[in-house]
Amino acid sequence: MSVLIFLDQADGHIKKSAFEAACYGAAIAKQTGTIAEAIVLGSINDDLAAIGQYGITKVHTVKNDALNHVDAQVFTKIIADAATATGATVIIFSNNFNGKAIAPRLSVRLKAGLVSGAVALPDTSNGFIVKKNVFSGKAFANVAINTAIKIISLNPNSFSVVTTIGTAEVAAFAANVDAAKVTVTNTNKVVGEVPLSEAEIVISGGRGLKGPENWSLVTDLAKLLGAATACSRPVADIGWRPHHEHVGQTGLAIAPNLYFAIGISGAIQHLAGVNRSKTIVVINKDPEAPFFKAADYGIVGDAFEVMPKIIEAVKKMKGLI
Amino acid sequence: MKILVCISKTPDTTAKIAFADNNTKFAADGVQWIINPYDEWYALVRAIELKEADAATVIHLVTVGLADCDPIIRKALALGGDEAIRINADSHDSYYIASQIANVAKEGNYELVFTGKETIDYNGSSIGGMVAELLDLPYVSLATKFTLTGTSAEIIREIEGGEETDTVQLSVVVSCQKGMAEQRIPNMKGIMGARSKPLKVVEPSAVDAFTAIASFDLPPAKAGVKLVSPDNPEELVRLLHEEAKVI
Repeated sequence: MSVLIFLDQADGHIKKSAFEAACYGAAIAKQTGTIAEAIVLGSINDDLAAIGQYGITKVHTVKNDALNHVDAQVFTKIIADAATATGATVIIFSNNFNGKAIAPRLSVRLKAGLVSGAVALPDTSNGFIVKKNVFSGKAFANVAINTAIKIISLNPNSFSVVTTIGTAEVAAFAANVDAAKVTVTNTNKVVGEVPLSEAEIVISGGRGLKGPENWSLVTDLAKLLGAATACSRPVADIGWRPHHEHVGQTGLAIAPNLYFAIGISGAIQHLAGVNRSKTIVVINKDPEAPFFKAADYGIVGDAFEVMPKIIEAVKKMKGLI
Repeated sequence: MKILVCISKTPDTTAKIAFADNNTKFAADGVQWIINPYDEWYALVRAIELKEADAATVIHLVTVGLADCDPIIRKALALGGDEAIRINADSHDSYYIASQIANVAKEGNYELVFTGKETIDYNGSSIGGMVAELLDLPYVSLATKFTLTGTSAEIIREIEGGEETDTVQLSVVVSCQKGMAEQRIPNMKGIMGARSKPLKVVEPSAVDAFTAIASFDLPPAKAGVKLVSPDNPEELVRLLHEEAKVI
């Protein structure tokens, strides 16, 4: 009996969301009186023993360049074998793009119930009940997993990352790596930008900004705060901003510490994608904009007048001027 | 070419979310039901485009649900499905639903199985991956573009911080999202034609669910917005730094 955490990596580095998954898995291990182990696939440049500081006892690695692209079918088999070899009864993923590709397959392969999009530790006082987001963040469901092995994929930014002193044992896991049926012919990554799903601060713009030429009001503030940029659906639809920036019901759902919305009215479909953010700031000249009802802080004012002053004030706060 | 498109019934995006029976059931009274947007706008419409490019293509729709799903199935048929299969069961367990769909898929020998990337009600993002595993087929998730060349497909999918181009031999399961196609509205000819298209109702096979919803909660209400004067936006920066401690 143990908890096994899948540590997602990109370009040789463990992703931020994976540390969160590690802490979450370690907390479940503590809660159920067992140990937390992790598995990493592909070529890693990071010091894996340091994963011990997130509460992980042992890290299983499969160093193989073929695993640097995630193939759900190949990954599922390896993780299933590792889960069986380590006697894992709880398996943790981050509910990111890779988690969404792998966890459902693993659920079938191990006959293990899956809760995707978990937002809290399971209640193990009577059974095994996991709280998850439903209705695109408008509600929660408490879902009982009734199988011997349980799989949870954790929504990013749902669990606090706490480190302690500790070193993990790193051991190679002898896996059969199948040839992937899906061939990756090209990858195209935006370099140097904070990935939206992992960002702690997100600055977002809507139609109120009147045109793509005014986006420096969003990007300048984002650069100052190390934030990711996002946009509303109409903005992506008219092509002012790329589709991958669209947050909302039919775009990406995010839960940063700070969501800063400029010129977005806050239609219910937009709110569905951002209402799990810890602090919401709304800048809109329409006092009736529905977004103000969901916001923590707001300014009823013209973004073109307010935003340059905010950017100046942030520069001052950062000691840049 | 045979394509199976998985369809789910979801509340309209503007529906009020409330619960009944001691917070154990979604309060469906007065709720407008729609085809899950990802299933309709991206999975189904892309399948229809493939049929428009090759008249020999057949599109079957599958849904797991009770008779109250029939209106949304008729709408999907009006958009362009050839026939529909409804598995007569009510379940919120992804494994149960995926198993029923996989049984239909096995019987029909489909080269392509399309799903939406998730449903907007239970947000599981699980059916595509589970069906693929049950059928032992490759699975390409979160596809934004799908091009068919003979018996292979070129698919662009979203990955963290970018996109990836994949090629895969059919058969394959694909979960579809924005970019795959554009939303369409059924025309009168489609609506009339949908009435006579076959809608087969089959009973579910015995499958044990892995999970069960014990209860629902609504998030706590927000305390209310703190408004800062537009003449003093510096105050907002101070509040975010000192009070909210988020910058």
